[in-house]
Amino acid sequence: MSSVAASPPLPATSATTRARRPSTLVIYRWELRKLVSQKRTYLGLGLAVLLPLIFVVVQNLHQHHGHGHGGESIIATQITQSGLATPVLMLEFQAYFMLPLIAALVAGDIVAAEDGNGTLKTILTRSVERGQVFAAKALVALSYGALAVFLSAAVATIAGVASWGFHPIVTLSGSVVSAAEGLLLVFAANGCYLIPLFAVASIGVLLSTATRNSTAAVVGTIGFVILLYIVAGIPGLEGIKPYLLTEQFQGWHGLLRTPTDWAPVTHSLWVCALYALPALIAGYLVFLRRDVAGG
Amino acid sequence: MTDVPPTPRGVLGTRATEDAARGDEAPPPVKARGLVKRYNDVLAVDRIDLNVQAGDVYGFLGPNGAGKTTTLRMALGLIAPSAGVVELFGRDPMREGARALEGVAGFVEAPRFYPYMTGRKNLQLLAALDGDGASERVEEVLEVVELEPRGKHKVGGYSHGMRQRLGIAAALLRRPRLLILDEPATGLDPAGMRDMRALIRRLAGEGITVLLSSHQLPEVQELCDRVAIVDRGKVVYEGALADLRRQGGAGYRLRTTDEARALGVVREQPGVAHTVAGEHGLSFQADEQRVGALSLALGQAGVGILALTPELATLEDLFFRLTENGDGGDEDTPSDAHEDGQGAGVTAQVLSRGIANGP
Repeated sequence: MSSVAASPPLPATSATTRARRPSTLVIYRWELRKLVSQKRTYLGLGLAVLLPLIFVVVQNLHQHHGHGHGGESIIATQITQSGLATPVLMLEFQAYFMLPLIAALVAGDIVAAEDGNGTLKTILTRSVERGQVFAAKALVALSYGALAVFLSAAVATIAGVASWGFHPIVTLSGSVVSAAEGLLLVFAANGCYLIPLFAVASIGVLLSTATRNSTAAVVGTIGFVILLYIVAGIPGLEGIKPYLLTEQFQGWHGLLRTPTDWAPVTHSLWVCALYALPALIAGYLVFLRRDVAGG
Repeated sequence: MTDVPPTPRGVLGTRATEDAARGDEAPPPVKARGLVKRYNDVLAVDRIDLNVQAGDVYGFLGPNGAGKTTTLRMALGLIAPSAGVVELFGRDPMREGARALEGVAGFVEAPRFYPYMTGRKNLQLLAALDGDGASERVEEVLEVVELEPRGKHKVGGYSHGMRQRLGIAAALLRRPRLLILDEPATGLDPAGMRDMRALIRRLAGEGITVLLSSHQLPEVQELCDRVAIVDRGKVVYEGALADLRRQGGAGYRLRTTDEARALGVVREQPGVAHTVAGEHGLSFQADEQRVGALSLALGQAGVGILALTPELATLEDLFFRLTENGDGGDEDTPSDAHEDGQGAGVTAQVLSRGIANGP
């Protein structure tokens, strides 16, 4: 740098008097790139990929050893008859804990990690508003949850179809739908599951913003889910059960009935909004007003 | 680091020239009034006033915990003042958000980056967050701070000095009119410190106003024309460095043929203060006329003068006098006094007390 100091004065060039500021979409894209650059991002996605594969391998082994499939549910009984039963079953298995955990891993970390590393002050002294940064981070947390769900569904579908074929499937109502319609239903069900998952991620983002501690935020989010399961099991509290977030994890079942039962889906939509919106608004306000003193 | 190519053109000084064009009517780069930050019972910043004028290289000094970094954080809108206001070019970051930071860049404490991304990627990210064509300047600023060859490496593997330089590069992306640097030379080796000083001097030469918080008093003395010294959350001096040094009083060093007798004569001489006998003679403070009288008195006492040399107080001397004075300025709150134009007088009193009490 010494030569820099010695070099001749630099001429002024034209300058704009009013800077053109980046959009939230630009911040979102960079938040995604940051996520892609971090190894821990792949932990959750790895779980989302690995579990369906393990499931299919184990089912294949059971099949070769002549074990039955238990026959607990209408979908489980079809596991070896249609590959499309695999993603539905995987969603059922992962919906209650694994997918919320994966969503919480990133949502709980997304603001707190920047606080801990001191990089929050780096980005907040650029030409972007705090609200934009928060919105981009929240969107990335939701995107990650969606990616985990659809990645898991895709892997489960491919592995299931590869093992047991692309055949028609029997819905929860007992009627048979074609393989193509079944495939559509599988992904619609996964899409429907995103409603409660987004609520979980929103709570994770709030805790990440408020606690400034990744571990506390991730554990807090999962702890909240566990707390709701406990509340759901307490005798005498049956009245509030339909309004618990954890009950919405099975709202997608409505899509696998014929005709489609929209009631649990719409119920899930507004109940989850009651969890997600206050969490996001509170997180936004905390983020706007907080002192960035770390790092 | 001495044989790098000339600095690319067009990175620096673009916005800074606008200030010169605006003249005196433009709002000052930094103006803080009655800035207070309280954390529960702790008063971290106590009614600080700052006036950084366009073109200043402004030193912001104070012991650890004096409130420097807290003040800079408030200036950048990272933390909200408990009271008072700070404006950058007439805009309050707490009210106007990112808009108030247009033309402002820098870092508080150490610059922080994403360790899992390369230096270049970090700058690209920050440039994207700056907009205004900053992405096109990434390679140029990497070249300015001589990090171009290491731009492809992850920041996690950078040395402290490289991160400091990357911090400067990140600031230059914004083509700042005001550069806020918090301890930019901390942790650098002597060559790194020299290079950092050279870069700051260069940036100042391009017309960029620099607000430099530093513990390196020789660095501030070398670079800055105006300073604010804070102690326990209060400004104990704000003004020209030259004025401060003048107020610190002229010091002299005296070598004689008979040190013991000379010490007695000096101590008896009216108007001579802060007399200290050391290995290399006596040091004391007095005005010029008193020194003339003293030299006559020494001659009358039969003491031969080998050397009598004037010594201006260093910034370090003044800094310690102002910040280790003990009473923290409770009687004459310097920041209060400053408001009614008595700041210089109060500082002179504090310095005089410091002189009388010794360093």
